[in-house]
Amino acid sequence: MSGHPSTYEPKYGATKWLDQRLPIVRMGADFMTFPSPRNLNYWYTFGGILALCLVSQIITGIILAMHYVPHIDFAFDSVQRIRRDVPFGWLLQPMHAVGASMFFFAVYVHMFRGLYYGSYKAPREVLWIIGCLIYLVMMATGFLGYTLPWGQMSFWGATVITGFFGAVPVVGESLQQWLLGGYAVDNATLNRFFALHYLLPFVIAALVAVHVWALHHVGQNNPIGITPKTQKDTLSFHPYYTVKDAFAVVVFLLIFAFFLFYQPDALGHADNYIQADALKTPPHIVPEWYFLPFYAILRAVPDKLAGILLMIGAIAVLFVLPWLDTSKVRSMRFRPVARGFFWIFLFFCFILGWCGAETPDNMVPFMSVGDKGLNFTWLSRIATIYYFAYFVVILPILGLVENPKDRPESITKAILGDTSHSAAAPAE
Amino acid sequence: MAMKTKTLILSGTAAIIAAVSGLAYAAGDGGTGDYEMVHKHWHFQGPFGTYDKAAAQRGYQVYREVCSSCHQLQHLSFRHLGDKGAPFYNKAYPNPNDNPLVKNFAADWSIEDVDTETGDIIERPGVPADKFPPIYPNVAAARASNGGGLPPDLSVIVSARGGGADYIHNLLVAYDTPVPEGVELTAGLHYNPVMEGGKIAMAAPLSEGLVEYADGTEATVEQMSTDVTEFLAWSADPKMEVRKSVGFMTMLYLLILAVLLWFSYKRVWRNVEH
Repeated sequence: MSGHPSTYEPKYGATKWLDQRLPIVRMGADFMTFPSPRNLNYWYTFGGILALCLVSQIITGIILAMHYVPHIDFAFDSVQRIRRDVPFGWLLQPMHAVGASMFFFAVYVHMFRGLYYGSYKAPREVLWIIGCLIYLVMMATGFLGYTLPWGQMSFWGATVITGFFGAVPVVGESLQQWLLGGYAVDNATLNRFFALHYLLPFVIAALVAVHVWALHHVGQNNPIGITPKTQKDTLSFHPYYTVKDAFAVVVFLLIFAFFLFYQPDALGHADNYIQADALKTPPHIVPEWYFLPFYAILRAVPDKLAGILLMIGAIAVLFVLPWLDTSKVRSMRFRPVARGFFWIFLFFCFILGWCGAETPDNMVPFMSVGDKGLNFTWLSRIATIYYFAYFVVILPILGLVENPKDRPESITKAILGDTSHSAAAPAE
Repeated sequence: MAMKTKTLILSGTAAIIAAVSGLAYAAGDGGTGDYEMVHKHWHFQGPFGTYDKAAAQRGYQVYREVCSSCHQLQHLSFRHLGDKGAPFYNKAYPNPNDNPLVKNFAADWSIEDVDTETGDIIERPGVPADKFPPIYPNVAAARASNGGGLPPDLSVIVSARGGGADYIHNLLVAYDTPVPEGVELTAGLHYNPVMEGGKIAMAAPLSEGLVEYADGTEATVEQMSTDVTEFLAWSADPKMEVRKSVGFMTMLYLLILAVLLWFSYKRVWRNVEH
């Protein structure tokens, strides 16, 4: 499937026999020798990290499913039982919960890396779109999984999110009831959420296989965005990138271990230690941190349906990004103006996350005096406008009017300093 | 090289920003008005913190003699009290069901059961394998006995409040705060500045000398509150000690592995300009 000639030679009778029937060992060997650009930096290790996250979530999840009880009367208790009585349950349950946060942290780094180095541009549009699909299914999986412990935030989060479907014109109400299996979030909802939460990770795994396939067809992008031209521009994936990825994975695991062992609750919400109560609404319903920016976009407009459309649009715009960005230059290293807009974009994504965690009517610290000044609703409106403007105004226009810097002829020349300005380009 | 150092610094910074914003987001303190939360240094804080066993043992006494008249510990069995890392763990009894203290505590409770001979509902003394029994037969009975308020289960209460152990301790000691002007208390409600909204259905549960500690510790409100909070902190996170010790070994292992991999990386790439 990949473009490079295979160097695999089956040595034994059995491997020769297998190679003629199913060249699966050859495929693995070809992956190992896959020519990768020699200038990939640490931001490019997050693909491998994400694969590890998925495997970890699936393994811990399957074991948890053996002990979890998807019933509104027992779900909360069964999670406590897992943490108290199931052998290593105290480790596996937080590993799955913290693992979800780490998974999203890694996917965001991976996506922003793609945005910065223009990894969505030709010929990687399909690779990018499959990635967006993976992210979308991840979001669904994360949301469904958060319902399962049946705490207060599980229940009320599910109520709020499924409530969006009720805002769809004409069919909204019946759609919502069909999704919930009733008039409200209840046992039928919990059961189907559990079934789907178990299903979707395998959909992700299948999409990841296609993502990796597409990657091996078009080859990796790289920090300067120049396609490798000669063999000198590339290195065999193994041992060069296996060892680099392994180092990065272990550093990532150190951060993971810190949260898992020392701050297992820091990324969650205290209210989820209270069993779900349909009669008691928590004062502030907030989603998990990784959904906060989208939650802020949702609440930025007063109309429910408009908010939902905006939130969907915020993800949908990623799918068409390859055709919105008109610049032929991939890497932002050679697009100083676009680079500035990119960092502002990143900044506003954090701002949206902050807005999502706050009560909309509250005033923004440092930007208000008493009740005069900017409140979080208006801050989220400003940030939402920038979020969309970046994709549908700035990138399309900038590609036509900006003056990109000179690009080096090849990766090797960039490294060996033939074109001084690019070799000295900082690694942002 | 400089390029890579910068990258590493940036990734580290990104991780720290994510961590700090996560912490800030999760750390919503309770409390209203001018009341200033007292932040105690708890024995279980920090990467090597353990539960103060003596305090947690006194805390169990406070729970049994005071709190348990209204509040259940539904996720706990009596045997949990004698588990490793638990207040009454004894090396001589690796199986907590054999621990005489645990047996005594269990027998102190009356458990509803079915007589297998007659099928009658009977009451029998508890055994270590039993769960802490419900205090009220149902929610309606609990509300009826408490002027409409529902006493929450205490097994995970420390995790279930934004301020954690500090919140519980402050709530218990803040009852003597004078009621500010403009706060109207209806019958059955009490003023407590730590509670969201300032009103709480629970009357001040602790008073000077309410329990008599076997170890001679003076039973002040502050002391009883600290002790019962220590006990409830254990109850909410009973595996904390094993988690921290496994965590330390894991992180040490990963750190060594990271160093080895770093040198492997340097060696594999030694002839490659990049």
